[in-house]
Amino acid sequence: MGLDIRLPIGGMFATVGLMLVVYGAATGGDAALYERALGVNINLWWGIAMLAFGLVMLALGRRGAKSPEGVRPAEDTPEGRATEEREHREGLERGH
Amino acid sequence: MTRATSLVWIDYAVMVVYFVFVLGIGFALKRYMRTSTDFFLSGRSIPAWITGLAFISANLGAQEVIGMGASGAKYGIATSHFYWVGAIPAMIFVGIFMMPFYYGSRARSVPEYLKLRFDEKTRGLNAVSFAVMTVFSSGISMYAMGKLFNLLLGWDFNFSMIVSALIVLGYIFLGGLTSAIYNEVLQFFLIVFGFAPLVFLGLRDVGGWDGLKAKLAVVSTANGYAPTALTESWRFMDAPAHNPIGVEWFGLVMGLGFVLSFGYWCTDFLVVQRAMAADSMAAARKTPLIAAVPKMFFPFLVILPGMIALAAGSQAAAPIRAAQAGQRAEARQEGTQARAGEANDAASTNTVGRGIIPPKINEETGQPARDSRGNVVLDYDLATPMMLVHYFPSGMLGLGLTALLASFMSGMAGNVTAFNTVWTYDIYQSYIKRGATDEHYLWMGRAATVFGIALSVAAAYVAASFNNIMDLLQLVFAFVNAPLFATFALGMFWRRTTGHGAFTGLVAGTLAAALHHGLTLSQGAVAGIKGGFLGVAKTYPSELGQTFWTAICAFTTCFVVSIVVSMLTRPRPDAELRGLVYSLTPKPEEAHVEWYKRPAALAIAVLVLTVILNIIFF
Repeated sequence: MGLDIRLPIGGMFATVGLMLVVYGAATGGDAALYERALGVNINLWWGIAMLAFGLVMLALGRRGAKSPEGVRPAEDTPEGRATEEREHREGLERGH
Repeated sequence: MTRATSLVWIDYAVMVVYFVFVLGIGFALKRYMRTSTDFFLSGRSIPAWITGLAFISANLGAQEVIGMGASGAKYGIATSHFYWVGAIPAMIFVGIFMMPFYYGSRARSVPEYLKLRFDEKTRGLNAVSFAVMTVFSSGISMYAMGKLFNLLLGWDFNFSMIVSALIVLGYIFLGGLTSAIYNEVLQFFLIVFGFAPLVFLGLRDVGGWDGLKAKLAVVSTANGYAPTALTESWRFMDAPAHNPIGVEWFGLVMGLGFVLSFGYWCTDFLVVQRAMAADSMAAARKTPLIAAVPKMFFPFLVILPGMIALAAGSQAAAPIRAAQAGQRAEARQEGTQARAGEANDAASTNTVGRGIIPPKINEETGQPARDSRGNVVLDYDLATPMMLVHYFPSGMLGLGLTALLASFMSGMAGNVTAFNTVWTYDIYQSYIKRGATDEHYLWMGRAATVFGIALSVAAAYVAASFNNIMDLLQLVFAFVNAPLFATFALGMFWRRTTGHGAFTGLVAGTLAAALHHGLTLSQGAVAGIKGGFLGVAKTYPSELGQTFWTAICAFTTCFVVSIVVSMLTRPRPDAELRGLVYSLTPKPEEAHVEWYKRPAALAIAVLVLTVILNIIFF
């Protein structure tokens, strides 16, 4: 309602992802820190994953926000598709 | 404090970012809260994928993340029964068969459906018992969180509880159910991202699933079970003595799989409310089905860490001891150094913790608590948190702890939104002040949020002595929910059920639950809150077994009494029950929808997958 949920989700994961990427890159040389993670720089790798997820969510959210609320493309609903098909069949479309 | 329990700036930064977004969502949604329907039911405008994720996240509070980790350590992979037997079938049932009534009746809450179907007194009974139960649930979440963060990080118990209560209060007050739903979906993704790396690292450390099986075989035999009892979920369900849960398959399937799980998923307004917020009947029906998909795979995210904790390295003994230093007064700090050395040697035996799970400490004596057989009781609730501390470096640790925090707060939020709705519509509007303006009820909803949270905080201070949160919640649900499902099932599928029948059935069922609990005890337990307060007629091998049978008793009693009393009283005419009973409701129109988009197709797909999972881990 109003606010597309993908925007805050995307925003948060992109932010946290970026923070962990930077931190992971900065502390990459600290072997003692990553010893408990079996030597994997989990901050860096997982940070990248979260950043990617966040950006995808933001993109989806922005695209969803472009269409006015409640109005969906005809292909999205069975009623819409049936109407499109009927219009096409009966030659009701403009430029047909 | 040692390294393991101290957070650095990045960890706090991640938490702060989370809080900012959580409150930000509340502020952003405030302007859309114009009517009481907006506030309590999100204006019935939320798409199915969001309500689906919210449906499962509302359920995913402390009891899931911590409790399942604890149960994983205690019972092994058999814990998956709580999901694959104890949730999926019920979720499918509520989506396909019960949503048409909840959504179609336009009831604004579960008690309101009862009023429409039966009568006022049935609604009143359900509303009051639900309100009490939901406040307690919320309180338990808060208590568990306060205790955990105190133990793990040394945060002041009162401080962490009050701060999180205030944050939850903030975003619900502003944005109502929508705010709760959005934050629940956020929390869902946080849990996935916070725990997936934990499972990855943990499995890698113990040598994959095979390595885990081998290590757990040692633990299993040490506890007197067959080697694979912790890694096979059905094979040892033939008798209580053969499996760690202590229950046989019949009690499990009927008690957990049928009564308790259907009782929860089909009647608990906390989850049903999310489906009621959906933007269409089809979306409402698909909500539980969509939720069932991640639910199926959650065992790998929340149960595995508990199992791995049991098998992981014993070198982590020192941080464990230091973590518990936070629990005691500063004067004892000197003693922990000596103890750390002692724990290092003892950690691999079963007298002081096991794996990376520490023993439960008796707070008066400062010594490990022991059960009636003299064995050390492990603090299973610490299994998952210990995993986080053991494997995550700073940075990820902040994320993992934020995910934990999010699950606690979301549990609270879900309970509070359910409470404020039931209070405002079913108690206040029905009994205290009818016919006021919608603005007044919106105001009341906000006020109810405030005192709902205040009551939860009070409930949090009433702590229970179970060493596993799941057990306590299962017991509470058994008392209240088990008879409820009988009432709903009869109400929705048998038009002859009357209001008197429903009411007496509910009362009888709850009394039967109390009676059964009072007359039975589990092995090794002390009479009192754990049962047996009326004398001990039967002893069960385990608490869970006792709980499941309490549920079965309650359900059966309610079912029988409802039928008998209904036959003796006059039913309402069919015309009044249209849309409220299965046989009097037209089936949803689905001829124009492709077969793969119908709820039934999704339901079958979910069922098949669940059966496959059960077979894999048989």
